[in-house]
Amino acid sequence: MQIKESPETFDVIIVGSGAGGGMATKILSEAGLNIAVIEAGPFYDPADPNTRTQLRWPYESPRRGASSSRAFGDFDAAYGGWEIEGEPYTRNQGTKFDWFRSRMLGGRTNHWGRISLRFGPLDFKRKSIDGLGDDWPISYNDVKPYYDKVDKLIGVFGSNENLPNDPDGYFLPAPKPRLHEMYYIKGARKANVPVYPARLSILTKPINENRGVCFYCGQCNRSCSAYADFSSGSCLIFPAQKSGGQIKLYTDSMVREVVTNDSGKATGVIFINKIDRKEYKLNAKVVVLAASACSTARILLNSKSKSHPDGLGNSSGLVGRYLHDSTGAGRAAFIPELMNRETYNEDGVGGMHVYTPWWGNNKKLNFPRGYHIEIGGGLGMPAYGFGFNPNILNEFIGGKVGGYGNQLREDIKKFYGSLIWLAGRGESIAMESNYCEIDPNVVDEWGIPVLRFNYNWSKHEKSQAKHMHQTFEEIFDGMGAQVLGETPNKGDDYGLLAPGRIIHEVGTTRMGNDSKKSVTNKYQQLHDVDNVFIVDAGPFVSQADKNPTWTILALSWRTCDYIVSELKKQNI
Amino acid sequence: MKRRDSIKSILLGSVATGIAVNSCAPSEQPVDLPKTPELPPYGRTKKEKIRDQEILEASFFNEHELSTIAVLCDIILPKSDQYNSASDAEVKEFIDFIVRDIEAHQIPLRGGVMWLDSFSNKKYNKEFIVCTNEEQFDICDLIAYPSEETKPELKQGEAFFTRMRNLTLTGYYTSKKGIEELGYKGNTPNVWDGVPEHILNKHGFKYEEEWLAKCVNNSNRSDVAKWDDNGNLIS
Repeated sequence: MQIKESPETFDVIIVGSGAGGGMATKILSEAGLNIAVIEAGPFYDPADPNTRTQLRWPYESPRRGASSSRAFGDFDAAYGGWEIEGEPYTRNQGTKFDWFRSRMLGGRTNHWGRISLRFGPLDFKRKSIDGLGDDWPISYNDVKPYYDKVDKLIGVFGSNENLPNDPDGYFLPAPKPRLHEMYYIKGARKANVPVYPARLSILTKPINENRGVCFYCGQCNRSCSAYADFSSGSCLIFPAQKSGGQIKLYTDSMVREVVTNDSGKATGVIFINKIDRKEYKLNAKVVVLAASACSTARILLNSKSKSHPDGLGNSSGLVGRYLHDSTGAGRAAFIPELMNRETYNEDGVGGMHVYTPWWGNNKKLNFPRGYHIEIGGGLGMPAYGFGFNPNILNEFIGGKVGGYGNQLREDIKKFYGSLIWLAGRGESIAMESNYCEIDPNVVDEWGIPVLRFNYNWSKHEKSQAKHMHQTFEEIFDGMGAQVLGETPNKGDDYGLLAPGRIIHEVGTTRMGNDSKKSVTNKYQQLHDVDNVFIVDAGPFVSQADKNPTWTILALSWRTCDYIVSELKKQNI
Repeated sequence: MKRRDSIKSILLGSVATGIAVNSCAPSEQPVDLPKTPELPPYGRTKKEKIRDQEILEASFFNEHELSTIAVLCDIILPKSDQYNSASDAEVKEFIDFIVRDIEAHQIPLRGGVMWLDSFSNKKYNKEFIVCTNEEQFDICDLIAYPSEETKPELKQGEAFFTRMRNLTLTGYYTSKKGIEELGYKGNTPNVWDGVPEHILNKHGFKYEEEWLAKCVNNSNRSDVAKWDDNGNLIS
């Protein structure tokens, strides 16, 4: 058998259709370039009734939405999870990393939390502040114009607060707080923790004629059939097709490697078609990798050739290094004042209506960097798990736990909507010693060598998680809530979740001015190969206490402008 | 999206397999499945449909086990003038499915039924389901209240009853009847305008003017967003 090669040469091949790949598809196709987009999963359109999960009831699923088929339950719009049948990964002994992948057009943008936070001026210059990690080769002012454009193109609600490291933007109005969020505001203020309207990429007003406005079903994780939330397909790729872009989508197609010629330049990619299990080659002048930080590192490391014996772009030996995820810890509490509450439709948007950005002063703390706080609770739709331990909260108010009969119904209604939970999402320190590499012994079902992870949290992240729990307890106290569970201790890393669980992994192909200490330059172009670019979160030098998506979008746009300009100048 | 555009998307979407179709014959043959119940669609992928079908075609509980589970479900959530029973909401059928879907439930439930019968045999010389209601309640009273004081010989029964209660309640309150009883009002298009005022008042809260100024104004929520150069919304 030989590799089937398409006779066509594209201007650009984009590998991956998530946030970075979607943005690249839009910007590069609108510049008149002929594009191939290669996606490892199937075609997906949130508006397609055959795959729609939005507005479905729990009883439409025979498992009532349990997570035995999908990691976040039957109705979540991620085809994949931390484990994918046929696509394993490994870990070095004694280390932890859980790798979440979503195999579908739009990738993880179909189900994500839509929390859309700009990095602030300090986030690009952390080494200058605390001596840890490295500074980015760019500053907030380089990215600001692109953040502004992303706000207007995609839409994000929030509020201008003139905060030093959580910049203002072009916001849509925020939804009013829910009842448990009013309790949060009360508790947080008592603990001297500030609260502001949340910042989520959900349309509370129209921004154009192609997308609908939020109708408050609270189900953004199911991907919106009215396109009222941001996902890469509905907001970037479909509009790019609609405006006449020359775009070919190759779905169910898993890229194995980037092909280079004798002079070391990229000429295209080889992918496996998952339907017929054959190899194909596509040619292009420019290759843009947007497969996600770890998948892109994997493709580069698997692209070995005479000119690139250690993998493409890996002359520094740093591809896969500096892998880092957000820190995460969470805690729940019971608000007795919310017992026996009157019910009403409290779905709201698919996420929190209020939030707390990092407020602390590290000079007075025993850890570097910070975290933001996310808030959950309310009168949500039941799913599998609802009603488990229905009256355990009676422990707090002196009632009986357990039992049977109609008393249980009263308990269920008594406690419905009386819980609140808080989650801290913070910045870890990027370290060379945390990495992914190619496992020399293992392939996936497509014959592609898989990633092996090696990741350990340091004392910085653990101390941060400890602080999160102290803060949560103080806030709960301030709102008159009863904290559930014990305060986690040193033995369980103070409740710090395993790396990879927050699904914000970044840093594997970090950018920099020094080609010995970084993989790409400040335009996310490989130091080693000038016609290969990376527009996922791989080039992040540090990850901030912010969700990475808004920065992926802004940097992808910036890189695409650079690609167009370089092509015009015939530099690549 | 206009019809013409969506056709275009579909065509573009099919490019992925276009090359494959040209180069070799499709290998997927239609599979003859025995006639089993089929699920109405709920947005499954191909692989998920196959998995669902396998679960539907499998069986786990025998008749006696299912009957025992049905009796327990209705002890946990009985019928009354006011309420539907667990059976009314087909909770037994849900449990019959979920043990095939989440296999970790299998041994605890199967062994639990057997534990219950052994206990009942010792106490009343008959299996649980043929005991009188009073006898059944007497047994349940011994294992339905998880506590550190539960006698060691009843601990396994207690764990079984807790699992049965969890599955019964989750099955019931995720059913149409259960959701109505619970009073959940959402999962439908609407316009969120905050917590109803009388409820806010009841909890001693009031939206602050300064905060409301940053929030959606429902009188102009349909106007396309426009900003001035400083990021102030002006529509």
